[in-house]
Amino acid sequence: MSLIETSSKMAPGLADAVFDSQRVFRLVLDAMARPGRSVALDLDLDPPAPLDPMTAAACLALVDFETPLWLDVQGAAADYLHFHCGCPMAARPGEAAFAVITDAAAMPELGAFSQGSDEAPETSATLLIQAQGLAEGEGLRLTGPGIENEVRIRIDGLPPGFWDRWADNHALFPRGVDALIVADGRVVGLPRTTRVED
Amino acid sequence: MSQTATAAVGTSAATGGYNFAYLDEQTKRMIRRAILKAVAVPGYQVPFGSREMPLPYGWGTGGIQVTASVIGPEDRLKVIDQGADDTTNAVSIRRFFARTAGVETTTRTAEATIIQTRHRVPEEPLKDDQILVYQVPIPEPLRWLEPRERETRKMHALQEYGGMHVRLYEDIARFGQIATSYNYPVLVNDRYLMAPSPIPKFDNPKMDRMPALQLFGAGREKRIYAVPPYTPVKSLDFEDYPFEVQTWEDCCALCGATDSYLDEVITDDKGGHMYVCSDTDYCEARRAEGHRGPQAGTSFTDDERDE
Repeated sequence: MSLIETSSKMAPGLADAVFDSQRVFRLVLDAMARPGRSVALDLDLDPPAPLDPMTAAACLALVDFETPLWLDVQGAAADYLHFHCGCPMAARPGEAAFAVITDAAAMPELGAFSQGSDEAPETSATLLIQAQGLAEGEGLRLTGPGIENEVRIRIDGLPPGFWDRWADNHALFPRGVDALIVADGRVVGLPRTTRVED
Repeated sequence: MSQTATAAVGTSAATGGYNFAYLDEQTKRMIRRAILKAVAVPGYQVPFGSREMPLPYGWGTGGIQVTASVIGPEDRLKVIDQGADDTTNAVSIRRFFARTAGVETTTRTAEATIIQTRHRVPEEPLKDDQILVYQVPIPEPLRWLEPRERETRKMHALQEYGGMHVRLYEDIARFGQIATSYNYPVLVNDRYLMAPSPIPKFDNPKMDRMPALQLFGAGREKRIYAVPPYTPVKSLDFEDYPFEVQTWEDCCALCGATDSYLDEVITDDKGGHMYVCSDTDYCEARRAEGHRGPQAGTSFTDDERDE
């Protein structure tokens, strides 16, 4: 398949590379700085299934040739991000700087992704996890930096044992992955500093 | 890639031949990724590919690169230099963003969405929809104790901060008190030792559990770090020598404030001097509310300050 053929079938990326990237970044920054509080953005983006527009937007704003990307699916979704981000595609989860998980129920263990090192904790992976749904003000109790007292949130569609793995991830600090949970068109930040309890 | 180029050209017309906010999009992405990791590891210094900026190192190149990567057309920017909106560094950085990003600027702390600062935290408490960007000359608090980056990196990894306590203890042994008055070391979220930048220690308590996001940029040293909202920031001290901030016997000569950080201003060559608020916006707002200090009206007027 030639490049021209590919691009003629390719769904468009961000309509305005400068200002849309900035808006998406601020949204992600807000999510990461205030874990457990969902944020959303109006974006005219129609990425191929199973990519959620918010997942795609975060990738388009943050991923480029410096950051290997891993997806749990092949095909149109991977081609779309590869084309628009110009990023190397990681063959294994452990090689990725960013990872897109479209099927949360079947996701690899958190430990399969790069954890960074004690001397360079910023080299750990950032995970974009597409969940089934979320409800705020109920469910799990989140505390940590960015949270005034505590927030409560319920996230549906994560694999069983996910929160035990998350507790392990949290205990690794300063190592550990950071996650952005995407569901219902909204994003919730889950940095490694966030403690999650029942 | 062609899409990026088209958009960049499309936006450059409005900003005088530059991409929006001066930096190119790839640089912004790299800095944005560093900021996100900095927020995820509070107080840890994330290395980044600091760019050559159109002003020298030491003039806030780190803070400018952070602001340029964060700012959008809807933001309202305030820039302060030692608390003042009207000194050279503040004026030139504010103009830089007015020209390259076309954003609205303000001197009012409450009206700003992004505040870039050199060496002060505004007196007015910040809110959770604001971002405070610090300009940092030396990001490594351990640098004067250990010059080797490889070693300080290891010391942070192992949380090996005894040396800093020894330094503060030496102050007590020599001067009877902790003599460090600015860039006073803090422990962020009970884990990372962090240089708060050369703010007076008077401002340290404001950093603790601040509702606003705090971002730090060091251009020459190529480091970005962050303190997320509501994160504990503790100034190092000892049980028998607790942390204390500066106090003054005088109030502000212009607005009469007794709760703000005061600068000493020499008024003649006969030893005359006055103390005035370092935070010009705070002082002006208080005077607008009718507060008067002992020398209000006898020195420069508001009109002269605005020029």
